[in-house]
Amino acid sequence: MSRTLVFVETQDGKIKKASREALALALSGPVPVAVVTFAEDGADLAAGLSGVPTLFHVTGAGDIYQPDIHAATLENLIRENGIKTVVAAHSARSRDLFPRVAARVKAGLVTDCVAVNLEEMCAVKPVYSGKLLARIKVNAGVNLFTLRPNVFPAEIPEGKGIPEVVAVSAADVPARCRVVEVAAGAAGRVDLTEAAVIVSGGRGIKNKENFALLQELADVLNAGVGASRAAVDAEFAEYNMQVGQTGKVVNPKLYVACGISGAIQHFVGMKTSKVIVAINKDPEAPIFKKADYGIVGDLFEIVPLLKAELEKALN
Amino acid sequence: MNIFVCIKQVPDTEASLSVEGGRKVRESGLKWVISPYDEYALEAAIQLKEKTAGSTVTAITVGPARADGVLRTALAMGATAAVHVETDSELDHHAIAACLAAAVRSCGEPDIILAGKQAIDVDAGVLPLFLAQVMDLPAASGVIAMEVTDGLAKVEREIEGGARERIEMALPCVIGATKGLNTPRYPSLMGIMKAKKVEVKKFTPAELNVESLEPALLLESLSVPEEKAPGRVIEGEPADAVRELVRLLRDEAKVL
Ligand SMILES: Cc1cc2nc3c(=O)[nH]c(=O)nc-3n(C[C@H](O)[C@H](O)[C@H](O)COP(=O)(O)OP(=O)(O)OC[C@H]3O[C@@H](n4cnc5c(N)ncnc54)[C@H](O)[C@@H]3O)c2cc1C
Repeated sequence: MSRTLVFVETQDGKIKKASREALALALSGPVPVAVVTFAEDGADLAAGLSGVPTLFHVTGAGDIYQPDIHAATLENLIRENGIKTVVAAHSARSRDLFPRVAARVKAGLVTDCVAVNLEEMCAVKPVYSGKLLARIKVNAGVNLFTLRPNVFPAEIPEGKGIPEVVAVSAADVPARCRVVEVAAGAAGRVDLTEAAVIVSGGRGIKNKENFALLQELADVLNAGVGASRAAVDAEFAEYNMQVGQTGKVVNPKLYVACGISGAIQHFVGMKTSKVIVAINKDPEAPIFKKADYGIVGDLFEIVPLLKAELEKALN
Repeated sequence: MNIFVCIKQVPDTEASLSVEGGRKVRESGLKWVISPYDEYALEAAIQLKEKTAGSTVTAITVGPARADGVLRTALAMGATAAVHVETDSELDHHAIAACLAAAVRSCGEPDIILAGKQAIDVDAGVLPLFLAQVMDLPAASGVIAMEVTDGLAKVEREIEGGARERIEMALPCVIGATKGLNTPRYPSLMGIMKAKKVEVKKFTPAELNVESLEPALLLESLSVPEEKAPGRVIEGEPADAVRELVRLLRDEAKVL
């Protein structure tokens, strides 16, 4: 009997929302599900995984991600357990790990899917920076899908019984691509690709210091802060904040663009946001053709007003 | 050093695209460019060459006849040789990686192979890692900083929330470049003139003994996503407009 394997990532001992979306998809599919975790305390996840028959808990992989060891471990797991399908969130981790695994097992891999049908084994993914959608049928013995966050439902149906925890030893292979250190990013920052709300600034923000204004608005909304390429190139913001064709593709329920003109390369990175708000002083700015709601005005006046109004509304 | 850069020709980022026959991008009138991430790979390769006397930079592409254009651009920027694996077939990433690996080997033993982390057409983001596996080399992709000394590549990649991984790999290795690594140069006029005269080495996949395997992925259809209807501009004094915006976000859009 084939099984669908779900690779989950955790934070503070809990399965991340984007990974839950992958799990929910797998559970809706035609074959039994197994979950794999590399987290040290991963065995504790079992209690929250009712309805999942098997939890593979990888031990001995070390406390930092070593790509070669992780990839070889997953490869072994797939081969030894007759796994035909693997799903995960499209995350920084899976972006690195899944191609390595796919190359090892000669799998079909569709990354960044916005729809997956596990019965027909096909997926839809944005291509050409989201200007087109491709419907792709996978055709290999083993097939892998990574799912764009915030697209798939995360509700996991209540099932019976908790999984059997199967300890798996990490593959004993050399780390040829050796991660020697992980330097932490700024604490408490919301990751853009998974953020539910994003406040973004463009060239109209004028300097680095003014990004604090957006951060204050973001704090009220529990949002991530993004930027246009013009803002990144002018060094108002860091590259990891860039949204667009050569930055991050984001998919929040609310995207607030401040002082951003709405160039196609920016738009393709955020156009699937459920609601787009534009604040721009130029009534002719292309962003207004794409935004659900727009306010024509000086962002330095509008943003503080918006922050105050939201504080009232949300309390 | 024997340096290789894998590049791909893609439609200009400004282009708006349409589909013909249900599964092909309409090509008439399109302007073609090097995929932006590949430019960072090229620039890194050229800088390495400039630092290490006696180095060569070979640009390689897999694609149809028109893809010659990106090799000319690479040569104009400073690549010293070019290889074109010419094919009109839709190859999957396993096959493209096999073509690139064979093309690299046809030019000798690599010291380092660079590529963009992702081509902005298929947007898969898998090629550098597939290529590394085919060639049995260590690899890192999404690289934003890199230093190569004494047979060792020290690179950095960005992961979630702005955290960075520092990675070390012995050469030869494969590196997938992303924005932040450098600022790609523009080709000089002299470079463009010189590039025209370089003879590009050409192969077909069959000549490289890349067998036509059963593809792992089958493209069933391409479509243009539905665009949502344009929204509205909220009129009025700033304070009133903002109050109305918050009301709409809460009561109409229900996103608060
Ligand atoms: C290959 C390639 C890849 C690219 N990739 C990306 C990408 O990934 N992401 C991206 O964003 N761009 C990308 N671009 C760049 C893109 O084409 C635009 O240049 C960029 O998005 C413009 O950024 P902007 O809107 O901040 O700046 P501008 O276009 O300069 O717009 C600034 C806006 O701010 C408004 N403004 C100014 N002051 C105020 C104020 N006080 N109050 C309110 N509004 C104000 C102005 O009216 C204007 O509309 C790419 C381009 C290329 C060629």
